[in-house]
Amino acid sequence: MAKFTITVNGKKKTVDVDGDTPLLWALRDSLGLTGTKYGCGEGICGACVVHINKKAERSCSISIKDVEGKSITTIEGLAENPNHPIFKTWIDLEVSQCGYCQPGQIMTLAALLNEKKKPSKKEIEETMNGVLCRCGTYHRIHKAVDKLVEEN
Amino acid sequence: MKKQSRREFIKVVSLSGGGLVLAAFIPAESIFAKPGEEPKIFSPNAFLKIDSNGVVTIIVHRSEMGQGVQTSLPMLVAEELEVDWTQIKIEQADADRKYGSQTTGGSTSIRRNYEPLRAAGAAAREMLIAAAAAKWKVQPADCKAENGFVINKLNGKKIGYGKLADDASKLPVPQNVKLKEPKDFKIIGKKIHRLDTPDKIYGKAKFGIDIVIPGMYYAAVKRPPVFGGMVKNFDASKTKLLNGVKEAVKISSGVAVIANSTWAAFKGKEELLVDWDNGLYANFSSEKIKSKMIEKLNGTGEEIRKEGNPELPITNNAQFLEATFEVPFLAHAPMEPMNCVANVKDGKAELWVATQNPQAAQRDIARQLGLKEENVTIHVTLLGGGFGRRLQTDFAVEAAEISKAAGVPVKLTWSREDDIKHGFYRPPSMHKLNGAIDSDGNLIKFEHHVSAPSIFSQRAGRKIEPKEYDIAEAAWPLEYKIPNIKLSGSLVDTHVPLGYWRAVYQTQNPFAVESFIDELAYLAKKDPFEFRRTMLTEDSRLRKVLELAAEKSDWYKKLEAGKGRGIALSEGFGSFCAQVAEVSIKSQNEFKIDRFICAIDCGIVINPDTVEAQIEGAIAFALSAALKGEITIKNGGVAESNFDDYPILTFEEMPKVEVYIAQNSFPVGGVGEVGMAACPPALCNAIFAAAGKRIRKLPVKLN
Repeated sequence: MAKFTITVNGKKKTVDVDGDTPLLWALRDSLGLTGTKYGCGEGICGACVVHINKKAERSCSISIKDVEGKSITTIEGLAENPNHPIFKTWIDLEVSQCGYCQPGQIMTLAALLNEKKKPSKKEIEETMNGVLCRCGTYHRIHKAVDKLVEEN
Repeated sequence: MKKQSRREFIKVVSLSGGGLVLAAFIPAESIFAKPGEEPKIFSPNAFLKIDSNGVVTIIVHRSEMGQGVQTSLPMLVAEELEVDWTQIKIEQADADRKYGSQTTGGSTSIRRNYEPLRAAGAAAREMLIAAAAAKWKVQPADCKAENGFVINKLNGKKIGYGKLADDASKLPVPQNVKLKEPKDFKIIGKKIHRLDTPDKIYGKAKFGIDIVIPGMYYAAVKRPPVFGGMVKNFDASKTKLLNGVKEAVKISSGVAVIANSTWAAFKGKEELLVDWDNGLYANFSSEKIKSKMIEKLNGTGEEIRKEGNPELPITNNAQFLEATFEVPFLAHAPMEPMNCVANVKDGKAELWVATQNPQAAQRDIARQLGLKEENVTIHVTLLGGGFGRRLQTDFAVEAAEISKAAGVPVKLTWSREDDIKHGFYRPPSMHKLNGAIDSDGNLIKFEHHVSAPSIFSQRAGRKIEPKEYDIAEAAWPLEYKIPNIKLSGSLVDTHVPLGYWRAVYQTQNPFAVESFIDELAYLAKKDPFEFRRTMLTEDSRLRKVLELAAEKSDWYKKLEAGKGRGIALSEGFGSFCAQVAEVSIKSQNEFKIDRFICAIDCGIVINPDTVEAQIEGAIAFALSAALKGEITIKNGGVAESNFDDYPILTFEEMPKVEVYIAQNSFPVGGVGEVGMAACPPALCNAIFAAAGKRIRKLPVKLN
């Protein structure tokens, strides 16, 4: 075990875990930030997406030792502004069903829209294809993304 | 279900804290109950609480797994209670027989609770009115309830529910409560925003996997590679060298590692050396079960139902068609892997479970641990998807066993690999269909022989009679007017654990039936929509949704070359559904689904937005299976392990979905599953229209 210091949602946090511990489990088990979800552990499903230095990354596939000193934003951090346009659109269009994948969907989209105000259809598809939803909310995510891009 | 008058199921159960607690008796029913079997339990149940501050809390006794019951069930109570919807609070009920059935499956939550929950709200409303009338010394008829207040119609004075709660709780429960006329509904039938959405998108919602209790350890379980296998012995010496690992214990399903984090438990599991007794099935494979199904299909099977004289030879220049259809094993793979928090000590167990079946979890844990049921508390969390997987209680029993063995509270988390490899699978099936078209192009004979393993038989642990064949669910050719029909079935055994997968056998039989009806339409040189329409009576609800879907899809509008439309129908769970798929062929191996049009008649609609969402979701779930889903049995276990080899539909692959809801006042139907059945045949019929290729085996392969 070793101590690692990371910046999460603007605050410095220290966790005492093995260096190979995925960031996902450090966030969930050590820091109690359970908004970031475990879905596959292999970087396939995107439920665990957080922002590392503003980029969308899969927290299940990156070790705590590799994020030391970096700035991490989780869904809880994004939700510090509940009026973020993504949240408002998500509520307007009632996108969520079971809700489990939604933090990953939202964090992935937030990073994309942060980087590019008007991403192309192809860029949207390539990015959002990386977050799986079993309830099938894709149809409404699509509508939400279109609305957000149009309003940007 | 026993028919009951409303008066049988309403009464006040307790008076507490100056508040009003109103109960309803809901007949216990179970999706596992056999037809005609009398419900065993009739228990009183509190569905709403009003405290003296006027806070209205509505208790939700079915599980929220994305289908919206934490909103739609409270809507039923609130409608009759005449309360300000924005002010209500909800509480998820623990497992308790007093609620009647809490089993969230079979598209029953709204269907079974539409009247009882409204009656619960209406009785409370009448009692609050009576309390106000007594206070004002006027007749109840001089008062009305509105928005959380009782209003004196004579002078306009009003008093809040909170101030009436104590008085109201001392009153007798009205016996024949009058429910509102649908025309007076203020909440039911409206697109009401879901109550669970904000917490879910802000990352605050608590699913089972998010629960933390004081002193809790983390656990993972290594299970046998072959279904039915057992632990002979194990060596945990390497596991115990790892940081954070507390211990390893043998439980009934395998070996559990207990650690101070999920990651340590997962790593500890990898380091376990287990000597397995693989049991009888190590050589079992998907191919073996397929050859058994083929063998059975070559026989006659057991007759399940017959109309006319399908055995009589047909001679008058008829055309004949035979086709065989096939679908594989499937896993549920909800996004939230199985998990459970358990604290077992001093002869009591307390669990937090994302379950569709809290009462079964309570029963099974009590049985496994030798506890009394009343000493097993089950708190129901949000479910990160269910789809039938969470009707099973295996993971909750595991967590309870681990907590008991380790003597500490634990959170058990399954890996995705555990989930894919240790599920309860949608069984495979094969279907032989025969049809005859007479010289006028009429369908005069339809035979369907289905061969599949029976979920019911496996669960009951006994042979079942043809009249009990669950494998034949929705295998009859709908309401089509066909003079000669025969339905037969053949069971095959499997050691692979079977389970209810969203819509169950309705994901199998309608694929065969509605694909074959399409083939017969082409054989009869008729339009597939017209062919179906003319076989349905004019007042048929199925015919109306068929016509609605055809109209909305511009059925007769010609598509460009390389595109095609397919249509299919389904009926089930009290609802009727028609779907039109539109596809574009991109290359020899590739196609794109452009859109799905769905017309649904689910009778009275509670929340139209949820109905649409359920259909959109059902189409996505059905398409995952139709396009990609296949679980393969090799060496007695599941070959696939994660979303890389058991892929599901992606964002880009999701077609546009248009949902049209029939407006009528038929009894409330279910919506969680009915959208599943028509989807695969509509898709495959569209592929035929576009590419001239019949798809008779799922998942779809163009070549």
